[in-house]
Amino acid sequence: MSQPSISKSMTIGESGLAAVFAVTAFLCVIASAKALDAAFAFHAALSAAASVAAVFCIINRYFDRPAELAPAEINGRPNYNLGPVKFSSVMAMFWGIAGFLVGLIIASQLAWPALNFDLPWTSFGRLRPLHTSAVIFAFGGNVLIASSFYVVQRSCRVRLAGDLAPWFVVVGYNFFILIAGTGYLLGVTQSKEYAEPEWYADLWLTIVWVTYLLVFLGTIIKRKEPHIFVANWFYLAFIVTIAVLHLGNNPALPVSVFGSKSYIAWGGIQDAMFQWWYGHNAVGFFLTAGFLAIMYYFIPKRAERPVYSYRLSIIHFWSLIFLYIWAGPHHLHYTALPDWTQTLGMTFSIMLWMPSWGGMINGLMTLSGAWDKLRTDPVLRMLVVSVAFYGMSTFEGPMMSIKVVNSLSHYTDWTIGHVHSGALGWVGFVSFGALYCLVPWIWNRKGLYSLKLVNWHFWIATLGIVLYISAMWVSGILQGLMWRAYTSLGFLEYSFIETVEAMHPFYIIRAAGGALFLIGSLIMAYNLWMTVRVGEAEVQMPVALQPAE
Amino acid sequence: MSFWTRHQVFEKNSIILVVGILLVIAVGGLVEITPLFYLKSTIEVVDGVRPYTPLELAGRNIYVREGCYLCHSQMIRPLRDEVERYGHFSLAAESMFDHPFQWGSKRTGPDLARVGAKYSDEWHVTHLTNPRAIVPQSVMPGYPFLSATEVDPDTIADHMRTLKAVGVPYTDDQIANAGADMKAQADPDNAGSDAFTKRYAKAVVRNFDGKTGTPTEMDALVAYLQMLGTLVDFKLYNEKANLR
Repeated sequence: MSQPSISKSMTIGESGLAAVFAVTAFLCVIASAKALDAAFAFHAALSAAASVAAVFCIINRYFDRPAELAPAEINGRPNYNLGPVKFSSVMAMFWGIAGFLVGLIIASQLAWPALNFDLPWTSFGRLRPLHTSAVIFAFGGNVLIASSFYVVQRSCRVRLAGDLAPWFVVVGYNFFILIAGTGYLLGVTQSKEYAEPEWYADLWLTIVWVTYLLVFLGTIIKRKEPHIFVANWFYLAFIVTIAVLHLGNNPALPVSVFGSKSYIAWGGIQDAMFQWWYGHNAVGFFLTAGFLAIMYYFIPKRAERPVYSYRLSIIHFWSLIFLYIWAGPHHLHYTALPDWTQTLGMTFSIMLWMPSWGGMINGLMTLSGAWDKLRTDPVLRMLVVSVAFYGMSTFEGPMMSIKVVNSLSHYTDWTIGHVHSGALGWVGFVSFGALYCLVPWIWNRKGLYSLKLVNWHFWIATLGIVLYISAMWVSGILQGLMWRAYTSLGFLEYSFIETVEAMHPFYIIRAAGGALFLIGSLIMAYNLWMTVRVGEAEVQMPVALQPAE
Repeated sequence: MSFWTRHQVFEKNSIILVVGILLVIAVGGLVEITPLFYLKSTIEVVDGVRPYTPLELAGRNIYVREGCYLCHSQMIRPLRDEVERYGHFSLAAESMFDHPFQWGSKRTGPDLARVGAKYSDEWHVTHLTNPRAIVPQSVMPGYPFLSATEVDPDTIADHMRTLKAVGVPYTDDQIANAGADMKAQADPDNAGSDAFTKRYAKAVVRNFDGKTGTPTEMDALVAYLQMLGTLVDFKLYNEKANLR
């Protein structure tokens, strides 16, 4: 322990947060004892243990730290707070592999149903939300938090706002994932797609998310640059809108405060509309706006070129966030939702094609004069191919939102294929590219352990994606056509089960594609691990920085 | 001052940027969602749709818990092949008491909106226990554990009270008798079954899983499946009056 100075005392944040967690631990023990169901008792006990651990960590940190908190600047240079960024990056890699693995398991279950094992905890219906939440919210979410905390500091040239708050965000968010994920396995779910976590997990996420917004906004407010960098607009839109969507879609009344079950406030048609307003904009703001922020920072940085057009990014930003929010009803074409709402959803989905491609052009054209780097830098290649996949899925999406196309594609694997060309190709690759950049930067390494391994990752994962999406295109369109096929006598030609049987070979190909994608991510994890373990440290060059005007 | 210069107000003021984002994203949601709460044409006027019986509600909660909606839709679209395969297209009124809605988005298995009364109880029990015993090509998981777990007649009234608070029109009579009704629906010899059928129109009293004693999760889930899509009598339904 360092020399304790007389003036050393706990900050209000430290003592306050420790006190709050101590009370929380106490309340959670009571809740666990009075719980009506086993899952709730387990979650309350887990929360109590986590709260005690939090109190311990806060007090332990206090004893270990010097009297003064970390300074905002050292020798006139910002003293960036990289701890939370490192934590989130590691968690992103962990959840990514876990999520891809669960995806491979459920893909295999559809090909070989015996893999469900007839047990509650291993059945498809419980594992599928685990897969989607692990890849979208755990992997994607940690990539977004890590990259946003890094980008906002660098582009504002100040240390992250808050002392314990950034840690509260990263650890608290991952604790939410833990509660949500174990809940699914135990049968705790609202069964609203992509909004499965129950009321208490939702409440906890709300607290964490508001803190996230405050840390992010607080950092922007004390920035040293007069302009807010484009990437931060997108991060801000992502954080603010996700908060609005989460609150709008999830108001629920628990049956008891000591039980996990709740009933959602909205019913029937209104619940359907709220759900897909939320669901489509989880795509629009979580999986698009947030990752576009990554595109706007990491591609120019890696290519060492400025963003292609500043004006295009202004148009891109406002038109994208305005149009996206309308697109939800295209998930409800031909349902009991009124026609006027369906038509609005379709119209705006088609219009959405334009800002999406505007953004794609802005990302791709940033490489003007640097295209040769694609041959030598597999990380940049990954980032650029992700934007190409973004362009492909944002063309496919508006096309599938056209009602006649949707009458064929809806309820089939075509939707699954479309989602995965976006999720694996765009979100996956842009995240991999960002992590390949980020890890050497934040661990202060000269470069990655092996670019050759990045190359292997790129090609194995690309092959996996191609297998995945082409299998789903064929199976989806095939099944859609079989459902509506008539014999010459005017009878339906196929029974439902015949169309299920026809899917079998494509489900095997899809699982093979998923396995390749998983293998790629394992190569990546090894490469990043070795970069941190044995990579050569970078010598810091003092550079005089001038704010841009 | 050009547009691009004016835009700097957003680029240089974080709070103005946040307010701008909030205003821009609010429009679409407000226009699409709020009218659904007050436009009278949103939900059709039909006879017959009632809240779930206690046993059906317990069954629906199992359907929700197991994530059945991930492979089974409950929404028949007004397309020729779907109407011929599954029956009359789904009405908004048929799911108006559903918290949450379970329309689904994927048909790995068939639509279930009108599966009620299509198969026997025994078919459902065998199929849920081991789908491939009845349909060899099926890829559905087996749910043998449902028969081994009993539902709880003591807490179901709390669930109905919660649903009433979010707008489902359960009567005080229905809530007061919830536990007894739950047992009565799965037991034709129960003295309370007459009173039960008076409280819930078109409710079916049967021993769904064929076993005596407290109803199991299998009883509850089969009771729920067997009532799906059976409440509206389409011989009496006024199609023209509800054209939207």
